[in-house]
Parts: sequence; structure tokens; C-alpha cells
Amino acid sequence: MSKSVMGRRAFLATTSGAIVLVAGGNLVIGGNGAWAMSTKALTGDEAAMLVRMARATYPHAMLDDTIYGKVIHGLDEKAASDPALLRSLQEGAATLKDKKFETLDEAGQEAVLKAIESSAPFQTVRGECVVGIYNNPDVWKVLGYEGPSAELGGYIDRGFDDIDWLQDA
Amino acid sequence: MAATFELNDDSVVVVIGSGAGGGTLSNELAQKGVKVVLLEAGGRHEIEDFSNDEWGMFGQISWLDKRTTSGSWRVAKDFSGLPAWIVKAVGGSTVHWAGASLRFQEHEFKVKSIYGDIPGANLLDWPISLAEMEPYYDRAEDKLGVTGTHGIPRLPGSNNFRVFAAGAKKLGYKDFHTGNMAINSQPRDGRGACQQIGFCFQGCKSGAKWSTLYTEIPKGEATGNLEVRPSSQALQIQHNAAGKVTGVLYADKDGKQHVQKARVVAVAGNSIESPRLLLNSASAKFPDGLANSSGQVGKNYMRHMTGSVYAIFDKPVRMYRGTTMAGIIKDEAGNKPERGFVGGYEMETLSLGVPFMAAFLEPGAWGRDFASAMEGYANMAGMWLVGEDMPQEKNAITLHRAEKDQYGLPVPNVHFDDHANDIAMREHAYKQGSAVYEAVGAVRTFRTPPYPSTHNLGTNRMSEKASDGVVNKHGQTHDIANLFISDGSQFTTGAAENPTLTIVALAIRQAEYIAERMAKNEI
Ligand SMILES: Cc1cc2nc3c(=O)[nH]c(=O)nc-3n(C[C@H](O)[C@H](O)[C@H](O)COP(=O)(O)OP(=O)(O)OC[C@H]3O[C@@H](n4cnc5c(N)ncnc54)[C@H](O)[C@@H]3O)c2cc1C
Ligand code: SF4
Repeated sequence: MSKSVMGRRAFLATTSGAIVLVAGGNLVIGGNGAWAMSTKALTGDEAAMLVRMARATYPHAMLDDTIYGKVIHGLDEKAASDPALLRSLQEGAATLKDKKFETLDEAGQEAVLKAIESSAPFQTVRGECVVGIYNNPDVWKVLGYEGPSAELGGYIDRGFDDIDWLQDA
Repeated sequence: MAATFELNDDSVVVVIGSGAGGGTLSNELAQKGVKVVLLEAGGRHEIEDFSNDEWGMFGQISWLDKRTTSGSWRVAKDFSGLPAWIVKAVGGSTVHWAGASLRFQEHEFKVKSIYGDIPGANLLDWPISLAEMEPYYDRAEDKLGVTGTHGIPRLPGSNNFRVFAAGAKKLGYKDFHTGNMAINSQPRDGRGACQQIGFCFQGCKSGAKWSTLYTEIPKGEATGNLEVRPSSQALQIQHNAAGKVTGVLYADKDGKQHVQKARVVAVAGNSIESPRLLLNSASAKFPDGLANSSGQVGKNYMRHMTGSVYAIFDKPVRMYRGTTMAGIIKDEAGNKPERGFVGGYEMETLSLGVPFMAAFLEPGAWGRDFASAMEGYANMAGMWLVGEDMPQEKNAITLHRAEKDQYGLPVPNVHFDDHANDIAMREHAYKQGSAVYEAVGAVRTFRTPPYPSTHNLGTNRMSEKASDGVVNKHGQTHDIANLFISDGSQFTTGAAENPTLTIVALAIRQAEYIAERMAKNEI
């Protein structure tokens, strides 16, 4: 993802989960045009399909497609120098294309993924996502996790015991 | 000033591993004027190098050399290449540990006598009693600055603790508080008080938490009797025709091999590497590995009965604010066989950040259900369950037949099957843990399976008789008088408590014994 397009602008355009991915050549563009990524190894269509797969694997309506796009972007970079990984990702994208994945609702998508749960392509994308999504500070903000605290002096004066709804506390 | 010793100086004690056991032993010996070379496989990363970054710190200092797993334990499925979470760095796992520091209960030193014959369990009484250990526990608590002992105030309760304590009270539990923690609640021993930073597992940025890295090791170095060699991995312990150990072959940071001569060797590489090193040191004289006449080296691997309970409430908890583990319920720790199992367990508060929570809450899980759990993160509270597991001879560290490490040595395989007693205890603990949170309004609870083992124990066990175990009551191997084991692999049985205070107490006691025998020229 080129920095200029993938930067802060992407996050200003907070959207719902219902993003239409537009792909073509080696370019994937978010439906609202707020972000784009160019791929090295995958085609734009393949990458767009994998972004959908990433979202369906860890579906958070509150997260922008950028978050999922970043993870697939990372996989694409690795696949550029790893032919076995590239084949696996292509295979995964092709399977989803056959199932018309982009036309299914969330439950339908989950069922398709359930059927390929133990396959290498799914496990590769899942493994990358579980770190790529949840180790992303932009996601922490959305989930209400404050991240590193040492620089801020810890929580000793910043609410380590501020719970106010416990009857017995 | 830190000392330096010649490779051919055969008057030194060589200690292998700088964690709770080896770091403490090295300092204690150095304080008594004994010269020590401390070999540590990992690098030296000081407090400045720590970051509040779960994956970052994990990648930087964990022991990630190849290991394999087998057996029916869930870790073999979820983390097949990572059976244990152990640190490879100066300070060992005391860099990442949470600081919970508990004494064993009296009966836990004699479980064979008390529990009787449990099918499939290779139980044995320790050759020492609580009464013999008490003075050393005293010294260990003082050294670590354990809260709730020696007049040291307990830590204040964090949000995660307050939810836990309110649930405990509702449920009728009596014995719960913010724990006995090796974390300064007030400045002590040249280190400041806990700032409630919340990244205890990533290395304490404030130094409030005890770690050998910035306590024992610099104190030992200051005596002029201790040389620490980081990035120096012991590959083999050598011996002479008389069957005495004479030195240690190790590889430096460039992979170059050296032999450090030794008068005494003490092994403290934690319970996977310590037996592996003894097995990899097999020779014509000791074909089954060093100190292995009993055949017990590597056997009886224990990892504690563990599991976690996380719960989501309808309002914020923010469990990540503050110490990772300062909270304990002790009511289930005793031996009450009427619950359907022998031994007991502790419930301890635990918090993970979002990155680790995603990996550990339900390993391998995905989809709507899992994603919605992660969306409840800010409203989550969490606890760890830790109890006594049964030693079983088949649970063992063995040398892999085919896989080799970067030095061409066989990698260790870690085999573990849960004992029926472990399973019954885990079930009880999950039920009670969930009840604690449900009592204060949890809307959803999770039974999180065990993480890679942080408590690795028992693989060079202590025994009265040489035929039953590897070391005597001083950690001295039954077979070789100048070879010692100084880590948790000495444990005869595991007890319910987190092990480190006992490892430290044993190291203090062992240092006295080694120094005395050396002075009398007995070793
Ligand atoms: C996240 C986490 C939290 C924990 N929390 C607690 C807690 O709250 N309370 C508690 O009691 N315990 C806790 N523990 C466990 C505690 O850290 C260990 O029990 C303790 O550190 C074990 O001491 P040790 O000396 O046996 O091994 P370690 O401290 O692991 O030290 C072993 C050292 O030996 C080195 N080594 C291994 N092989 C070789 C070799 N061949 N050559 C040279 N060096 C070698 C390793 O690199 C390592 O530095 C925790 C552990 C972890 C990982
Ligand atoms: S919470 Fe306290 S003990 Fe834990 S890392 Fe922070 S300052 Fe250290």
C-alpha cells in the first residue's frame, strides 16, 4: 500500500463494514475511494477477495477495510518472494471466487470459510490476521485498549482502580 | 567490578542459566567469596531495552529455538512448536514473570504419604519439609521484597482485582487479597515502587518487580567474584575418568566453541534445557546421560494444572490498567479430596493486552462469536487458575531422533498427557472461576485453555534414594558429587503455588551447601 494513499486519510473516512472493494489490474480501491493498495504478486481481484476473507474471518463492523487491507498487503509482499505462499493465496482466492463469496451475506461467508477451515490458505490468512489486526494500534483504539503506558507514567495516577459500578468495591 | 576468569581456571563454579535459580545461586556464591562463571545462552537486555509491546518483547527475548511436542495436552495442538514460554536472556524468565511469590503448604512436601497411591502418578515425598525450608523462605521473601511478608505492605487493588474480589466475597470466599508479590509496593532495595504500568510480562520498565537481571546479577558482579557471559550456550558438560565433572563446552555469540574448566557445575537452564543438557552430555562412561543412573532425567515433567477464565461485563473494567497478577483467592488451595481430586489450586488475577488476548483467548478461534468477544475487551476481567498436577513418568523431555538445533544437537521433545486428576481439578477450577464473575454480573464467561507452559518443573527430581530421582535434598546429583541442579527441575512434586519463590529459596540453601563443601574440600 503506498504510504500517501494509505495514510491518515484512510482513517478519517470511517465507514461501516459495508465497503465495496473495486479491483482491477494490480490495484484494490476501497468503495468510498478513501484508500487503495497496489499489489506486487497477487492480482487486484485476488487481493480484493482476500480482504473480504480477512474481514469475514474477524468480522468487526467498526473496523475500516483499511485494517484488513494492510494485512493482505503484508501477505502480498511476502508472496512476492515466496512462490509456495503465492500459490496458496491464489488457491484461496480462487475457491472463494467459485463460491461467489462477494455476493454472500455474513452467515453465508462464515459457512464457506468453515468448510475450508483446515486448509493452508485459510490458516495462512487467519494466522496473519490474528496478529496483523489485533496488534494494530488503530484497532486498539476502537476496542478501547490504551496500549503502552510506561511513557505516560503507568496507570498509578491514571485510573488503575477507577471502576465505579461495583457494588462491593 | 565484574570479574573475568580464564577458560582454564579450574577453581571456578560454572553456573548454567541466569534466571531465578542460576542468577540467585551465582550471587549467593559470589557473596561468600566463591568465584563464579555464569553462562547464559541469551543476550543481556537491560531495562532501557524493554518496551510495552507484547509481540515485540516476546520475539526479542523468548526461547524460540526449535522444540517439538507430543501427547494429548491441548498445548501440543494449539502451539505445537512452542511447548513453553521461557525467556532466553540474562535474567531468564524472571524478566517476564509476574512476581507471584507463594510458599508451599506443609502437606505439599509429602504428597505420597498424604495422597496415597494415585494410579498413573509417580508420586514421591520431598526429602525436605516445610520446617526445613522456612528459614530459606524467609530469606527469599526478604530478597524479593515480597508484599504481605516482613511488614511489606500489599499492592493496591486494580480494577481487575476489584471485580475479582467482589465476586469472591459474594461467593463466600474468605482468603483473598492482592497477593504476595515480588513487586515493590514502596521503594526498597534501591528500586522504586510499582507504577501500575501493566506490562509485567514484557519486563518491568520501572524495576519495581524483582528480576535477577537487575538485582542478583549486578550485586554478584560488584563482589568481583562473578563473571557473566551472555550469548554463551552450554552444549555439553564434560567429565574425567573418575566420573567428576571438569568443565563445560559452550558456544559463544559467533558460534565459536570453548571449554570453561570448572571445579563445580550447577545447571539452571529451566526444566526443558536442564535435562536436555544432561542427556546431550552422554559419554562412554555415562551412556544414558549424566546423573541418570535412576533413569529419571527428563521424566516426571510437570507444568501445573492451568487454565484461565475471562468474563465480559456490561460496563468497563479496563483490566489492563495496573499489575498483571496482583490478586489471589486461596480458598481452593488446600487438599480436599471430597472435591473429586487431590491437591488444590490458586485463582490469580491475570490480564493480557489485545494482541495476546487475540492469540490466547481461544486459540484458533475466528468468526462472529470470537470477534464479538474481542469487542468486549474493555469490559473484560480475567484470572489464571494454577494448581498441583500429577507427576507422571511418561510425561518427559526426550531427545528428538532426527531434528537438530543450530549446533547440531538433538532438539528436545516435550511429551505431556493430562492426568485424570488434572482434568477433574481444571473442571472444578473453571466452574468456580466462572462463578466468581457471574456473582457480580458477568454477561459472558470464557474457559480459556492453557498457554504454553510458564511453570516447567520436575525433570531432575529430588529424592531421598538415588534410585528414585536425580538429586539429593541439596540439589546435588546422586551420581556426581560436583554436579548440581539449581532450578525448578529439582521439584519432586509441583504443589499448587507458583514455583519461583521455592526455586529461589532452594538456591539460597544450595549456595550455603556448596560453599561449605568447597571450604572443606569435599567437592
Ligand atoms: C510470562 C510468565 C509469567 C510468570 N509468572 C510467574 C509468577 O508470577 N510467579 C512464579 O513463581 N513464576 C512465574 N513464572 C515462572 C518463572 O519465571 C519461572 O518459574 C522461573 O523463572 C524459573 O527459574 P529457572 O531458574 O528454573 O529458569 P529461568 O528463569 O527460565 O532461567 C533459565 C535460563 O537458563 C538459560 N539457559 C537454558 N539453557 C541454557 C544453556 N544450555 N546454556 C546457557 N544458558 C541456558 C535460559 O536462556 C534462561 O535464561 C512466569 C513465567 C513466565 C514466562
Ligand atoms: S505493573 Fe508494576 S510491576 Fe508490573 S511492570 Fe508495571 S511497574 Fe512493573
